[in-house]
Amino acid sequence: MCGIAGLIHKGKTVKIGYELQNMLQALKHRGPDSTGFALYGEGHGNDYIMRFKVGENVKEGSSAVNEDKSVYDARKKRVDAHLKELGAEVINEEQITPYSFKYIMKYDGDLMEFSKTIESVEMVEILSIGKHLELVKDIGDAKVVSKQYSLDQIKGTHGIGHTRMATESGVDIRSAHPFWGYPFSDVSVVHNGQLTNYWNNRRRLERTGMRFMSECDSELIAVYLAQKMRSGASLEEGMRDSLTELDGVFTYLVATQDSLGMAKDTMAAKPMVLYESDDLVALGSEEIAIRTLLPQEIDTYDPYDGEVKVWQI
Amino acid sequence: MANIKDSKATSMGLHQEALKGRTQQVFFNPEESENFYYYGAYDVDFNQRTEIDAMDLSCRELNEKMHSLMKEGYGTIVVKNPQGKHSLGVGILNKLNLIFEGSLGYFGVGSIDGPVVRITGRVGWSCAENMMAGKVVIEKNAGSCFGAAIRGGDLICKGSVGARTGIDMKGGTIVIGGDAGAFTGFMMQRGRIIILGDVGENLGDSMYDGTIFVLGSIKSLGSDAIEAELTDLDKKWLKRKLEVAEIGSNIDLSKITKVVAGKKLWNYDALEPTERKGAI
Repeated sequence: MCGIAGLIHKGKTVKIGYELQNMLQALKHRGPDSTGFALYGEGHGNDYIMRFKVGENVKEGSSAVNEDKSVYDARKKRVDAHLKELGAEVINEEQITPYSFKYIMKYDGDLMEFSKTIESVEMVEILSIGKHLELVKDIGDAKVVSKQYSLDQIKGTHGIGHTRMATESGVDIRSAHPFWGYPFSDVSVVHNGQLTNYWNNRRRLERTGMRFMSECDSELIAVYLAQKMRSGASLEEGMRDSLTELDGVFTYLVATQDSLGMAKDTMAAKPMVLYESDDLVALGSEEIAIRTLLPQEIDTYDPYDGEVKVWQI
Repeated sequence: MANIKDSKATSMGLHQEALKGRTQQVFFNPEESENFYYYGAYDVDFNQRTEIDAMDLSCRELNEKMHSLMKEGYGTIVVKNPQGKHSLGVGILNKLNLIFEGSLGYFGVGSIDGPVVRITGRVGWSCAENMMAGKVVIEKNAGSCFGAAIRGGDLICKGSVGARTGIDMKGGTIVIGGDAGAFTGFMMQRGRIIILGDVGENLGDSMYDGTIFVLGSIKSLGSDAIEAELTDLDKKWLKRKLEVAEIGSNIDLSKITKVVAGKKLWNYDALEPTERKGAI
């Protein structure tokens, strides 16, 4: 079933990780397998923040294969070597789990070539690159993942998140949401639903040079929107096209450096509750997610079929 | 096997079969042939009023609390701080004044038969699903599948509703003060829907029977849904129903579009809803 949530504060920075954690925890029953956050924080000036993994979480419930820590270390060394070759200067590196890293770095080259080179190392996946975006996903509920990665301390303006009930692909980090909009910095997507023309679209997009890291149908939306923007469309134009070009039932959220958007398929088969005020927009698969931010009585509504909305910070 | 004695149901030709397994559970006392009360329905006094704060209660705890209060005879129950929780106020099978001061989540007041419910906030998906009788008034908006499969009663949303309102409904009346989404009245079989705002695509798609009245614009009609003549009888009924719904007192009824089934897909015919209710 899956649960999605998002929020955007207009002109205000808050503990965005903590707020999104509470929203996603309220949706735990919709997706107990894994939880993911795409948080848009204060950033590090003009430097990139890169979140990447060199292996999978193999704890109970995971469908990933167990690997020795020495394998992770070897992969990380190869990533570091590639970064040097690419001319990227790592300013700060942080190891969060044995398989997960956060780098702050200077880089001014092409992100597509950069990603291809880094991800040429077996099992290495860039979860996100951005000036503001930090994308974290792992097995467990929102509180578990947030604590593991200290997300409740991250300050920012907006974010989207996902609680996943695995249906058509494995319980692992690579199939968890959000998905990064490779190769664009600061683009992320979460989705609730099923896409029925996944393979046709994947084949078409792979021919154009786009990459897929999982077999999760939701990844298609991120890659699809990235390809649209790559060919000159705005985010909103890409989202509107997706209503007719992507087949299935879906409600998805997409975030960029300065905006948050939502789209709902023409059957309106997947839920979304929306709260909108002058300084805050909050969305969730269920109202109880929004209630964690606003316990007082509020006016909310369901966006209609085929509706696309985008808000700016 | 359960020993089925003569009862109203058996005299109607029902429940003649030899029961076994889970169906042995007896809900009605066959000795009391005229006593056709539901299991779990209570005699309440509307003058007995009480309040519950739902802030720290789970859905199950709140529903159990309401049933125990009805058992004690309370006929007016006010629920404060429902906080958008799911499945509140479900399965109430007797007369009751029930007031929710706030919003409900999904499946609110489902499978009810008799209570008058007022919700001061909004409701999520599938509000009043399978409602048999009573009146439900929502002051703000409602999610999708509003009044799915209702069989009777008046279900009123003063704001706007999502997609598939009245899907599979078999009776009763749904009144919407604002707009309605796509597939409103999808596969409806009987009953009436009134929409005072605009309505989305595929209105009345694959409807078997029933009537839909729309004051605003219709984006498109669904398969086998057709426009029909609005009669004086319709106008009288609409006037009366909108008074019950507490909305639309000043509208020009002649501007309403009436939509019915073309009956080219399937000719639905079965028991009237009241007969169906007796047979359950």
